[in-house]
Amino acid sequence: MSSRRFFLRNSALAMVGAGAAPLWLERALYAADATSPRKKILVAIFQRGAADGLNIVVPHAEKRYYEMRPTIAVPRPSQISDRREDAAIDLDGFFGLHPALAPLKPIWDEGHLAIVHAAGSPDPTRSHFDAQDFMESATPGLKATPDGWMNRAMPRADRAAQISPVRAVAMGNVLPRAMRGSNPAVAVQNLSDFQVRNREASGAFRTLYADSQDPLLQAAGRETFEAVSLLQSIQTRHYEPATGANYPKGRFGDCLRQIAQLIKADVGVEMAFADVGGWDHHVNEVGARASQGQLATRLADFGQALAAFWLDLGDRRQDVAVVTMSEFGRTARENGDRGTDHGHANCMFVMGGGVRGGRVYGKWPGLEPEQLYEARDLALTTDFRDVLGELVKVQLGNRDLSQVFPGYTPSPRGILL
Amino acid sequence: MTFNKRLPAGLIGLSICLVAGISVDARKNGDPSSQAAALFRQPISKDHKAEHAVNRLTFGPRPGDIQHVQALGIKKWIDLQLHPQRIPENPILEAKLRPLDTLNMSTAKMLQNYPTPQQIKEMVGGKIPFPDDPDKRMMVDRLAARLQGKTEQDISLPHAPKLTSLLAPGQIQVLRAGTAQQKLDLFGSLPQDRQDQVLESMGQGMRGQLFVAAPPALRRRIQSTNGPQAMVAQDLVEAKLLRAVYSGRQLEEVLVDFWYNHFNVFLDKGADRYMVTAYERDEIRPHVLGKFEDLLRATAQSPAMLYYLDNWESMGAQSTAGKRRQRGLNENYGRELLELHTLGVNGGYTQKDVTEVARCFTGWTIQQPQRVAEFEFNPKMHDDGEKTVLGVRIPAGGGIDDGFKVLHLLAHHPATARFISRKLAMRFVADDPPATLVNRMAATFLKKDGDLRAVLKTMFDSPEFWSRGAYRSKMKSPLEMVASSLRALNADLDFAFGLNNQLNQLGEPLYRKAEPTGYSNSGQEWLNSAGLLARMNFSVALVNNKVPGVKVDSAPSSEGVALGSPDFQKK
Repeated sequence: MSSRRFFLRNSALAMVGAGAAPLWLERALYAADATSPRKKILVAIFQRGAADGLNIVVPHAEKRYYEMRPTIAVPRPSQISDRREDAAIDLDGFFGLHPALAPLKPIWDEGHLAIVHAAGSPDPTRSHFDAQDFMESATPGLKATPDGWMNRAMPRADRAAQISPVRAVAMGNVLPRAMRGSNPAVAVQNLSDFQVRNREASGAFRTLYADSQDPLLQAAGRETFEAVSLLQSIQTRHYEPATGANYPKGRFGDCLRQIAQLIKADVGVEMAFADVGGWDHHVNEVGARASQGQLATRLADFGQALAAFWLDLGDRRQDVAVVTMSEFGRTARENGDRGTDHGHANCMFVMGGGVRGGRVYGKWPGLEPEQLYEARDLALTTDFRDVLGELVKVQLGNRDLSQVFPGYTPSPRGILL
Repeated sequence: MTFNKRLPAGLIGLSICLVAGISVDARKNGDPSSQAAALFRQPISKDHKAEHAVNRLTFGPRPGDIQHVQALGIKKWIDLQLHPQRIPENPILEAKLRPLDTLNMSTAKMLQNYPTPQQIKEMVGGKIPFPDDPDKRMMVDRLAARLQGKTEQDISLPHAPKLTSLLAPGQIQVLRAGTAQQKLDLFGSLPQDRQDQVLESMGQGMRGQLFVAAPPALRRRIQSTNGPQAMVAQDLVEAKLLRAVYSGRQLEEVLVDFWYNHFNVFLDKGADRYMVTAYERDEIRPHVLGKFEDLLRATAQSPAMLYYLDNWESMGAQSTAGKRRQRGLNENYGRELLELHTLGVNGGYTQKDVTEVARCFTGWTIQQPQRVAEFEFNPKMHDDGEKTVLGVRIPAGGGIDDGFKVLHLLAHHPATARFISRKLAMRFVADDPPATLVNRMAATFLKKDGDLRAVLKTMFDSPEFWSRGAYRSKMKSPLEMVASSLRALNADLDFAFGLNNQLNQLGEPLYRKAEPTGYSNSGQEWLNSAGLLARMNFSVALVNNKVPGVKVDSAPSSEGVALGSPDFQKK
């Protein structure tokens, strides 16, 4: 499936009546860059709640790690087969993956998964809400920023050229800060629900919004109905993930499956966003064994979903890059409750066809007391905007980084080919 | 019925100067001077005034409301709304609120009567008392029996007898597939304790079907079988929706919604699940038309807020408790107090101020959050040293007074006056209210010692409020959209879970905004495709009587379309 197809917006809209499911769709040339046949896609995943980077990508060669976490550290990689699921999976002799992320190991081995450790936001806040806000707006420390980095990152398009109404999609019923701004972005809770369920009313609504004298409502209506029309063809077809792509049950797996569905349907998605919560492990982060406890449960879901997504993408992998982030990490020391408290630096994953994977990027600051941030947390050596900046420039083709990351000059780490 | 399909004249001018691309910021980045400002100086016509007043001071007009306001006189009506105690409450509302017994309980009583499995275990273990109420006691006994022998992990799994051992196959069939009346008759014919067992043994589906057929008292028993601790949250949501739809004291309800959002607490954060009822009832509602400092003090001392923003655990590092427990200052409340509750992010405070304020509030804590949940000042946690807040020196040894001094300082600060005034103007006038109005309101705030009623009066008397810049310029929040739809149709709201689900889809789960910023007062926040589609689908479902718990008289489909139309999304 490589031939370019053409979508003539106005005429197609005229033909797509309310409720009519077009059996054909001619697809558009998107944005100003008309020469490239297929746009690259960036998928951003936000782990809300401050995921524990030190237990996710384990510095198993660090003695201090085991000293500071006597009960919740992930054991060193084990050669004994019956303990494998309770020990770190070695990556490079220094770092290892939490065992619940075993599904990602093959992707690492193939060189398509990169990790950046000791990465994150330089702002000292340990408030979830502020830190998430700062990361999504990509302006740490500034609360007044109204828009988000993903919205600003959309390459500028000539107004006359066709732009897909689903160019930027967030999975959920609220548009996340990262996607807010002056460029269109669509929030979709579920692809199958993204429609007006009553055929007759749908047509009437479409007309009313088109005729509205309020420019914002009119534009929002137009965007919405265009997206509905575009997604209708997807809705009528039952989606079968690629063989072997076993998405776990639950919202996160659903989100990734739908993003894969959108990408493969060639409807012009250029960026997608999904979030997943439940990482705030102050208590019972790790159970009696590393394969038990809250973190293991979260990571099993997380890893399985990402691996399924990777498989599901098939030959589209070369076009896709996934980046994961969390608002901050957690304390290097465990607390008294088999858990950890809010910290500072964390780890980020970058996964994709064009990724120089199989490596942990970033300077490891160490865990000696004088090397910790405020004597308690992993110190920061890579600003998250360096990672995002490289993705925006290389993956999305937007070179105007000063506009995407105001007040900061990202320095690329060579994560993308 | 006022589905306004006319062209609001004032918006033509606005649409000329705005870019026709979807934009959250378009209004802000558009023309902030000349054209937009001019609209706030152009009065709306006399015919529109009553409609505008009702749209802004209430959750939407019911049929006849606008005419009623016109007949009474707009000024008189506004004055009445500013003095809700003069408005007799709607007996329909009172009748519908009566079964929701958690609403009037203290937190401690609630914990006793609607316990979590953990608490039930403690009751059985003699650590905390059983409920006084005999029915509740019976419920707890049954739940305790169910939980007997269960481990920590299994605590939520019920262990009820099979339905087939309690009822004959014919009886089960009636419960599964009978008419509403048949189900109720059968159920009512069983002896009481058999009824309770049947409720526990029925699957969720069957129980749900019985629920929608049942009268209020039986509904309550069904809900408590599902899990008593969930009742507290359900009652809160139901009461809020009932009040929005039925209360005659509409402005008070709008203000409670506003101030709850301003002093937001996330219902689902741990112990807050039990503390929000008392918080809204005792700390927010009584003060919405009073003095800001009283409101501020009430929230600062509320267990709900202290828990939500972690202040209850904040202690001076050198205090007795701090040294013993090796813990220290938690700045969360101190920061949000300055940033979100009073001065605002640009209010002129520094990081040092945040720390100093946090030091002042060390020791402001909660007595046994899982059992008593009352405010307590613990001197052993307090940092008793000298502090300096916003340049004001607070001498050492002040104890609990440190906090009160800070609250007093903040409540009377000019930045607070501006911040609060601007937020109120955002809610009631426009997403980007004119500075002229905000300044006047702030002046009243400072002159009248933070008298919120006076500030509102300044706003309702202002030319800006009655201007084309304000008229029909705001987008309704999901709560406003839902409530105004029910009011427009004179709908009957029987129980709330159907609407609650709709609100989740629309993006405003009540009491469940996780961030301390609360839900936005800017209408544009709600403008996204998923939200718009959800509004359209809700409208159609509503007029077709497909929203569980809501009954409307049969209406033509054009009414569904009107409710989902762009015009009806505005107020």
